[in-house]
Amino acid sequence: MAARIGIFAVVVAVFLSIPAFSSAQDLQIVNAERRIDLSSHIVKDFLTLKVENIGISPAAEMLLAFSPTQIKNLAMVQALAITGKKKKKTYLPLDVKPAEQPDAPNDTGYYRVTFVSPLGPGETVSLEVLYILTNSLEPFPVEITQSESQLVYYHDSAVILSPYHVKQQTTFVKTPSTRVESFTSIEPANRAGKEIKYGPYENRASYSYAPVIIHFENNSPFAVVEELVREIEISHWGSLQITEHYRLTHGGARHKGVFSRVDYQSKRSVSGASSFNALLAVLPPRVNSVYYRDDIGNISTSHLRTGFRKSELEFEPRYPLFGGWRATFIIGYRVPLEDYLFEASDGRRYLNFTFGCPLVETIVNKLTIKVVLPEGSKDPYAILPFTVNQDLQVKYSYLDIVGRTVVVLQKDNVVPTHNVPFQVYYTFKPIYMLAEPFMLVSAFFFVFVASLAYVHIDLNIARK
Amino acid sequence: MAALESPQPAATTTAMRHAFGNVLSVLILVLIGVLAFSIRLFSVIKYESVIHEFDPYFNYRVTQFLSKNGIYEFWNWFDDRTWYPLGRVIGGTVYPGLTLTAGTIWWVLNSLNIPLSVETVCVFTAPVFSAFASWATYLLTKEVKGSGAGLAAAVLLAMVPSYISRSVAGSYDNEAVAIFALIFTFYLYIKTLNTGSLFYATLNALAYFYMVCSWGGYTFIINLIPMHVLLCIVTGRYSPRLYIAYAPLVVLGTLLAALVPVVGFNAVLTSEHFASFLVFIIIHVVALVYYIKGILTPKMFKVAVTLVVSIGMVVCFIVVAILVALVASSPTGGWSGRSLSLLDPTYASKYIPIIASVSEHQPPTWPSYFMDINVLAFLVPAGIIACFSPLSDSSSFVVLYIVMSVYFSGVMVRLMLVLAPAACIMSGIALSQAFDVFTGSIKYQLGGSSNSTDNAEDTNNAPKDDASAGKTDKGEEIVKERSSKKGKKKEREPADKPSVKSKAKKKALVLPLETSIVALLLLIMLGAFYVIHCVWAAAEAYSAPSIVLTSQSRDGLHVFDDFRESYAWLSHNTDVDDKVASWWDYGYQTTAMANRTVIVDNNTWNNTHIATVGTAMSSPEKAAWEIFNSLDVKYVLVVFGGLIGYPSDDINKFLWMVRIGGGVFPHIKEADYLTLNLNLVTY
Repeated sequence: MAARIGIFAVVVAVFLSIPAFSSAQDLQIVNAERRIDLSSHIVKDFLTLKVENIGISPAAEMLLAFSPTQIKNLAMVQALAITGKKKKKTYLPLDVKPAEQPDAPNDTGYYRVTFVSPLGPGETVSLEVLYILTNSLEPFPVEITQSESQLVYYHDSAVILSPYHVKQQTTFVKTPSTRVESFTSIEPANRAGKEIKYGPYENRASYSYAPVIIHFENNSPFAVVEELVREIEISHWGSLQITEHYRLTHGGARHKGVFSRVDYQSKRSVSGASSFNALLAVLPPRVNSVYYRDDIGNISTSHLRTGFRKSELEFEPRYPLFGGWRATFIIGYRVPLEDYLFEASDGRRYLNFTFGCPLVETIVNKLTIKVVLPEGSKDPYAILPFTVNQDLQVKYSYLDIVGRTVVVLQKDNVVPTHNVPFQVYYTFKPIYMLAEPFMLVSAFFFVFVASLAYVHIDLNIARK
Repeated sequence: MAALESPQPAATTTAMRHAFGNVLSVLILVLIGVLAFSIRLFSVIKYESVIHEFDPYFNYRVTQFLSKNGIYEFWNWFDDRTWYPLGRVIGGTVYPGLTLTAGTIWWVLNSLNIPLSVETVCVFTAPVFSAFASWATYLLTKEVKGSGAGLAAAVLLAMVPSYISRSVAGSYDNEAVAIFALIFTFYLYIKTLNTGSLFYATLNALAYFYMVCSWGGYTFIINLIPMHVLLCIVTGRYSPRLYIAYAPLVVLGTLLAALVPVVGFNAVLTSEHFASFLVFIIIHVVALVYYIKGILTPKMFKVAVTLVVSIGMVVCFIVVAILVALVASSPTGGWSGRSLSLLDPTYASKYIPIIASVSEHQPPTWPSYFMDINVLAFLVPAGIIACFSPLSDSSSFVVLYIVMSVYFSGVMVRLMLVLAPAACIMSGIALSQAFDVFTGSIKYQLGGSSNSTDNAEDTNNAPKDDASAGKTDKGEEIVKERSSKKGKKKEREPADKPSVKSKAKKKALVLPLETSIVALLLLIMLGAFYVIHCVWAAAEAYSAPSIVLTSQSRDGLHVFDDFRESYAWLSHNTDVDDKVASWWDYGYQTTAMANRTVIVDNNTWNNTHIATVGTAMSSPEKAAWEIFNSLDVKYVLVVFGGLIGYPSDDINKFLWMVRIGGGVFPHIKEADYLTLNLNLVTY
């Protein structure tokens, strides 16, 4: 909680100090190219911007604007600065933070991108921005039968929503198949194969908006994990036990009518096109003791391929998932401790593990990561590249007396790009490792002593 | 406890030998426990740690409820997720022994911060109790024929297929703990009979209480023990020990049994328990007669007998008349359907199709005897003979036990389970006696010095009655031995010093050397066959959880997990209050795995309700729709095995739906569903 407030305070401070020398009119976008990838249910927008400072004072940062629906579904924004010419381009990651503007028209949301070095008057900079939207494809029709394929709407604007004047811009939309039912045409716009091109549009004023609807076929698996709880249990005896509880659902058009298993299995090409029955989880290398089960037992359809870089677990839920269907399952595995636990220079230990969800191409609506530290650990704190809710709990496991400290990290709307390393620091004395063996030994010792005493002491009242 | 070497004169070496024998016995018993536990893990290794079949799922669900809500909620539990719209009072209609046992284990483990799930505890309850049952068998057989026989019987029971079939890991059913309770109750009865200790008599009543909590099969105990008491009285073996063994059991046992909600007043009202009360009266009469005989002169006694008999006849006649009148007033003569079908094997098939439709209520076939008790079937007669030489109170009990259980197992295949411990005890006795005779002969032939060898032999297998005879001779020595022990451990050591008479008998039993060796080898081979068969039965025949099926084909192992697929689907994709109709077999699984309300389940307490579902299943669509609609059914679960060739699907059970439906609703006629001209059917 403290960390969260701290970050919030920083944001506020930055926000209060900035507006003095950076107003919207000081920058303009010379050239913008946007590529929207609609091939899966995670919408990826690549934005290439060329920004020019037309003001008189240097600009340290710029704003990215998003419509209210987008800001709600925005999972991640990343920005890179491009320096160098064509051949030897170098990319520098830039700091991106959510920002608030008091005079935002129509609840527009903002992200603030801080440049590497303030942009002097007349200078230009090239940026690449990637932002990821979830839950942005709206199935229409809302309900489909087993034999139909899934059609979705995508709402966006043909021109880039920006607080700056945009001199020239083009938008490319990539659909997963050539089947596009309709799309709003704003001249010049045309469609070729899987690509729809909007633009080029010249000289659009700030906050220009041209709503478009694209209605197209998308049968990619709409795998949405409603809730994922990952428990990472550290044992200083040499392993890391990870248990992942999934609540999975199919986020696409709801299934209507009957489900025919015979059709599903015999006419796979035309039946249940939007359903999915296989998932792929990317697990760490050197993973062992992998299990895949649910509340009522083992689920027998899974394959594990271990490798040096990563392990892949290919598995099927108990039944194919059609729109709106749900399934819960548990994946558990163990990895060697030395790959993930390190000792910092100040003697503290830290766990270095991957955030996010191991399933590929999956949205997680609510992710909770619980790092269960060994009994006797102190002063835990977590370091992440983005803000999450943090909390501390206590868990009692095998023969615990004081309980284990659990660092709980919680984040909503997680996409595969969130799979980045995070660290949990804590202090731990190795002597605590011997507590439980000592308890067992002394318990057995006591039992033997007691039985010895029992055999040798005569408790009879009457002499025999 | 085998005293293998020839006895040394020094007392310290004797003590050492006893200590060594004790340690060896304990070690063997521990190993037997490990064997009993681990042979039942094939199901976990070959399949997974999961609850098996049908009834265990109900028990599992009850245990979950118990561990979540506590004991008081459990007693008052009205389950509205089954028998919709009637519901079922669970607390008052289950035998709570198993669930309370597993619930207690779970609670203890969790309060020690060992976070095992309820499921894990349930899965491994049965193997743990099999180990207990083996130890109880050891104790019982030791009381009857010494510890050699006890160890043999324990090792046989640890892996008898009949018991394995009901106690593999995951088979979380009443029988899992009940067989232990059964054997342990018998042990305490024999123990009381041998010692005449009121302490053991009280323990016996408590063990009986645990048995009543665990399984409806407790009626076997409450009929077998009176029979044995009656047998003892009739054969002139009445003794105060018999009285102490029996009278407290009836009084305390009945009081305790009445505490179990599912039994309640049945403990005094139903015919299953009448035999025990009758014998209770008889034993008092006999005790009184013996007492009077002791204080009166023989002449006076004769007069008294005539007087008492004439009055007694009148009283008895009145009592019997009242009893008959009471019993006759109830429609089934005071007997429950299942008990009646035990007395009259054709009863169920004539009157109650629902009992007859359960495969485990059918009479067994001959091969199933071989499958379930294997070579024990051949050893049992030898064991019976061994029990008659000499016949004691305790050995007459095990003979009676085997005779009764053979009869009951012949009526209902399920009761093979009761036969198995008896067969193991008998075979253990037979094996141990045979080994004694053969090894004794070999030792005699090789040893030369006959006197000392004989002595050694006798320490092994001197039966109890000889022991009591020997005790008077050598009482001092025994007391000396005991003084090193605890006062509480009053159990008689197998007598060290046999009487002269048994020594003479031993010499007559010496066999030629070659014969003994060959016979020994043959016995070992027999044992080896038994072990091989048991391991095979445990691994192949009885480990399938039956909710997940596997088949081996040329392109590898195929797993059919369709049951759980459908339950998981129901659980995640239907509304929590939806009603699911299915044939009653799947009721328990649907409530436990899918957590949905069912119309009928495996409890089968309401025949009309089952008949309604049977009628719906065997009616045309429109009529079936109306029936199901009236029951608020939203989903119907049917099992079709035609595509993959699964034989026990709903089509296989269809005729029972028709029969049970037709039993209540006469418009369903079985003949309508059969092909009249069978010649036309081509396959």
